[in-house]
Amino acid sequence: MSSTSPSTPQTPETGTARVKRGMAEQLKGGVIMDVVTPEQAKIAEDAGAVAVMALERVPADIRKDGGVARMSDPDMIDGIIEAVSIPVMAKSRIGHLVEAQVLQALGVDYIDESEVLTPADEVNHTDKWSFTTPFVCGATNLGEALRRIAEGAAMIRSKGEAGTGNVVEAVRHMRQIKGDIGRLRALDNHELYAAAKELRAPYELVREVAELGKLPVVLFSAGGVATPADAALMRQLGAEGVFVGSGIFKSGDPAQRAAAIVKATTFYDDPKVIAEVSRGLGEAMVGINIDTLPDTERYAGRGW
Amino acid sequence: MTATSSPSTPAAPVVGVLALQGDVREHLAALTGVGAEARPVRRPEELEGVHGLVLPGGESTTISKLATAFGLLEPLRARVRDGLPVYGSCAGMIMLADKILDPRSGQETIGGIDMIVRRNAFGRQNESFEAAVELDGVSGGPVHGVFIRAPWVESLGAGVTALARHEGHPVAVRQGNLLATAFHPELTGDHRVHALFTEMVRRAD
Repeated sequence: MSSTSPSTPQTPETGTARVKRGMAEQLKGGVIMDVVTPEQAKIAEDAGAVAVMALERVPADIRKDGGVARMSDPDMIDGIIEAVSIPVMAKSRIGHLVEAQVLQALGVDYIDESEVLTPADEVNHTDKWSFTTPFVCGATNLGEALRRIAEGAAMIRSKGEAGTGNVVEAVRHMRQIKGDIGRLRALDNHELYAAAKELRAPYELVREVAELGKLPVVLFSAGGVATPADAALMRQLGAEGVFVGSGIFKSGDPAQRAAAIVKATTFYDDPKVIAEVSRGLGEAMVGINIDTLPDTERYAGRGW
Repeated sequence: MTATSSPSTPAAPVVGVLALQGDVREHLAALTGVGAEARPVRRPEELEGVHGLVLPGGESTTISKLATAFGLLEPLRARVRDGLPVYGSCAGMIMLADKILDPRSGQETIGGIDMIVRRNAFGRQNESFEAAVELDGVSGGPVHGVFIRAPWVESLGAGVTALARHEGHPVAVRQGNLLATAFHPELTGDHRVHALFTEMVRRAD
């Protein structure tokens, strides 16, 4: 793609694909935590979070309260930006380009066009190329990930099922994405055109993934991570880092749990470290069994 | 009698990349691309066999907290004092600074370069940019500087050489065996900075 051309600009250039995707590269191996107040943001930063997601209600409360979930109050986002020195992300509704414009104007470092909020458009996602601020989007499979990248997403996360404290959907989506990539790798050049059609994704991106053996952007996991072992599991399955939403501030001792999840994410392949950090964390969030969730309350089906 | 085999640094120096958090993979690939034997370092004992070390880009507060929690900070400081060649990009530059302007509570650096750095000096992500950077000691034209929420050097000591500036601010510096850039050559496919560092490792012996 021309936007990822390696040529050095003559005059300094902002908002390039390299700068947007490169920002996500800096987050790898890290934990991005949902926070609803400046105090929580500080706890997250002190625990070693690489970024915070500023929102009005964590997904578990969005589920409980019901109603339409929207972009957060600008005052609240400002307060969090003011409180920490790490990057601050915020969520816009799917297809709500004005919420995204507002978040860009507020100076957030990344916009999550998120299925956790109530979708504003049931056909179109936001054209993310037209923004300087980079976007992260959720995906349940490779085709969905590549459609978001085609729209300009500079980072992908599994959707999982946010606000449940249940990692099963994040596992399903991560295995699906990695499995889809593995199957592409096995195809020859002639087969990639049909594969692109099946994936409903641009041929150029399909070919790039087949060559690289990975997405052209950073892949994180999100949706249901509640324990250090959950975070390590997602990394072992191929996530380059994790988002933790309700799992931290809906638990008994958020500061300690947050620090433990950060450590387990770095030492994801060392069970001794994971055992050590998992001791004495107090209560995890209670969680929801997803097979008892009616379809209308499943967020992963939002977005297309 | 003359020795038949010399114990000096082998042709392919072993260069570690601190792998607590950040763009570790890109540095490992760049180092391999310039003929070093690159390996990730997460534990104090993994530091022992390396002839040089790269501190990657990432979130400096996170890297600092993990280095402290896993007992790496003091061994890293000791190796730097003993002359280990170290290269830091972005967050790595912050980790090599003797002092941070306005650090977060408990944010420790390894130190070694007599400088004060300002974190996120060029602004937030919306101000992140790419630009050509003239870098002393690297031939073949300017390097492609990718600055992501990048720091700059606010002030530097007499023993520190500024190798590059952007808008007047030092963005690449060297002091002895320590090299730091505010930008990310590991994201560009241009390995000249990694070649320069690997040459420093070879010469350090």
